[in-house]
Amino acid sequence: MSDTVDRVRARLGDNANVWLVPAVILLGILYPFVEEGLQNLPLIGDFMPTTGTLVVMIAFTMMAVGLNIVVGYCGLLDLGYVAFYAVGAYTAGWLASQHFEQVTFHFGSSVDNGLVGIHVTMWVVLIVAGLLTMLAGIVIGLPTLRLRGDYLAIVTLGFGEIIPQVVRNGDSFGGFNLTNGTFGIAPIDPVGFPVLSAIGFFPENFQTSDNRERWYYMIAFLLLLFTIFCSVRLRDSRLGRAWIAIREDETAAAAMGVPLMRTKTWSYALGAFFGGIAGAYYASFKSGAFPADFYFNVSVFLLCMVILGGMGSIWGVTVGGMILAYLNFSGLSTIGSKIQDAGIDFDPTKYQFGIYGIIIVLMMLFRPAGLIPERRHKIELEEGVHDTPFYDVQTEGALTDRNPADD
Amino acid sequence: MTDLRARVLRTLRNPKLVNSIGLGLVALVGVWLVVNFIKGPQEFVNVALDGLTRGSIYGVVALGYTLVYGILQLINFAHGDVFSLSGLVASTILLSVFGLTADSSNLVVIGGIVLTLAITVPLFAVVNATIERVAYRPLRHAPRLTPLITAVGMSFIVSNISLALYGVDYESGSDLIPQGAAFSIGEINVTWKLIVALALIVPALVVLSWFVTYTRQGKAMRAVSQDTEASAMMGINVNRTISVTFFIAGSLAAVAGLVFLLEYNIRYDTGFELGLIAFTAAVLGGIGNLAGAVLGALVIGFVQSFNEGLTWHAPGGDWTRSIVFGILIAVLVFRPEGILGERTPEGA
Repeated sequence: MSDTVDRVRARLGDNANVWLVPAVILLGILYPFVEEGLQNLPLIGDFMPTTGTLVVMIAFTMMAVGLNIVVGYCGLLDLGYVAFYAVGAYTAGWLASQHFEQVTFHFGSSVDNGLVGIHVTMWVVLIVAGLLTMLAGIVIGLPTLRLRGDYLAIVTLGFGEIIPQVVRNGDSFGGFNLTNGTFGIAPIDPVGFPVLSAIGFFPENFQTSDNRERWYYMIAFLLLLFTIFCSVRLRDSRLGRAWIAIREDETAAAAMGVPLMRTKTWSYALGAFFGGIAGAYYASFKSGAFPADFYFNVSVFLLCMVILGGMGSIWGVTVGGMILAYLNFSGLSTIGSKIQDAGIDFDPTKYQFGIYGIIIVLMMLFRPAGLIPERRHKIELEEGVHDTPFYDVQTEGALTDRNPADD
Repeated sequence: MTDLRARVLRTLRNPKLVNSIGLGLVALVGVWLVVNFIKGPQEFVNVALDGLTRGSIYGVVALGYTLVYGILQLINFAHGDVFSLSGLVASTILLSVFGLTADSSNLVVIGGIVLTLAITVPLFAVVNATIERVAYRPLRHAPRLTPLITAVGMSFIVSNISLALYGVDYESGSDLIPQGAAFSIGEINVTWKLIVALALIVPALVVLSWFVTYTRQGKAMRAVSQDTEASAMMGINVNRTISVTFFIAGSLAAVAGLVFLLEYNIRYDTGFELGLIAFTAAVLGGIGNLAGAVLGALVIGFVQSFNEGLTWHAPGGDWTRSIVFGILIAVLVFRPEGILGERTPEGA
């Protein structure tokens, strides 16, 4: 037993409490069943999110964990992650809705077999969405990953702006309606258990089942655990160590035989993969993919989650993601209504992105390693990476404490 | 298999191939322009003049990006938002404090514009330098990603300050300048818009280029952007030089903000998109290169106007953003050093 505990501890990092993770998982599973009780509590009851809100929070946290692979592990600033969310959501729209009314194709779908359009079961759609988004990541990555970090940021931002515009204008590509323009694609099929439903208990269709939110929540929770698991395993893999080497010193990594382009492209592709799955799942939950959802602010919102939690730190990003997503989708408006009740005319939801901006700047200035810092990244920030200049321009010509003999 | 892959990769990386694809794209655009010109020469020139108006405004904003990038290698995302805040403040001063309306006489309007500039230019110079002092200076030794992320955060803070002060409504001072053409040559109309834009922007550019070329501080700026450590060793006060750079960038943003207010309409998030366009212009011209920024901005201005104004096979306004970013990506892939930039060993 203690052997297992040691192994888990080694996997999680020195400071992690081994029992914390199972405890959080247990609480997570129990939450929907005690939700009403919690919401009736005095004072804090109003601040308890509903199960539906939790699904949204988890979807965005998944994207943040995906983004963390690109930004946190590999040190590539991606300002266009929203593009992957869009690709995922539209894949769900294409493969599981009545959008392509020219054909009628059903594959294990949880909706009525007579409906026109392509209806593939959401389980397959999730995987296809992940793979397609991965492909999108590679396509975006190949021409741009050769560029220096800050150029990469602006190019990804460019893609993040182009894809929503393509989606918005995509109702007539040479007469072919690909994305249905500003109206978006709706409704998108719900998740369900088309085969297992024969046993009973498992609903064939979440939408029509008695506790839609609860089912969506449970699956979302599993997907999040899966994402975190993959993320931990990737970090400790050969590929993950190559990413971290690139983040710390690209030249040295290349000299040690790390293939830069391939490694970076993998980080892009795998980071995109989870964004695609989360996007498709969220699209199914809210039963639609609309171009208005995919704008630059979402990318910054996700980036802010990563920064708040700690770049490269999986647990940090998960916590940061849950906190910010909570604030965004329920907390700020609750706080706002409390403030309004107190008679002050101030609506914090209007300034949400100003608040995220302040969080970003304050974190960068005072706690750049994040709420739950990753050990290694913290050392990089505190001791500097090895391309610091000999001369400290800040104190005009004073030598830094770096000793050239140590290099 | 490996052999084939290696061969394909080698072909793809062949600079000749990359160059000829790039030139092919440029040639396509050229053909498109020529056909449009033949189909309607007057319309074409009018659209081009509109592009000149836009391009000159983009140029002033692009200079702000390129100056800062040249000296700190930082994309100052907040620059665009400083620009729109300055335009909004200018609207308060012009329209509310001075109370100018469409009926005011020309002399009063000109006086009002000059006085407004006298207020907003120093104000936003200080605002921009303060942003540098507070948010970027403490991070000068952090990994490169850190100040870049901070700049994104600052951008949101500044745009939310605009939102808090001015709400979501558009402000416009376009009533103040005469509509329509100042004079016409044949069917080609030179609009007042263009004249006002050039009358404000050209002097700003002349002053800037005099400052950078001839003054001591301007020389210091160029020295620091070439080699920070060496200039520190030569006794240049690096911090002051960086502050001066932000100061100048801020005053350029204020000029651009006022011109934009007079020609179009502006609100809290105008600066975000315009900033991206201006940054693209700076990259297109060769980032860090002042003449390049203006040239790139004019090109982008023309591209935007041609795209929205021409009739033969133009994608139209819905696609402007995609086209501008498409250009950005194409430039970074085919010619990362920009039109006027020099090829550096490490690439772009």
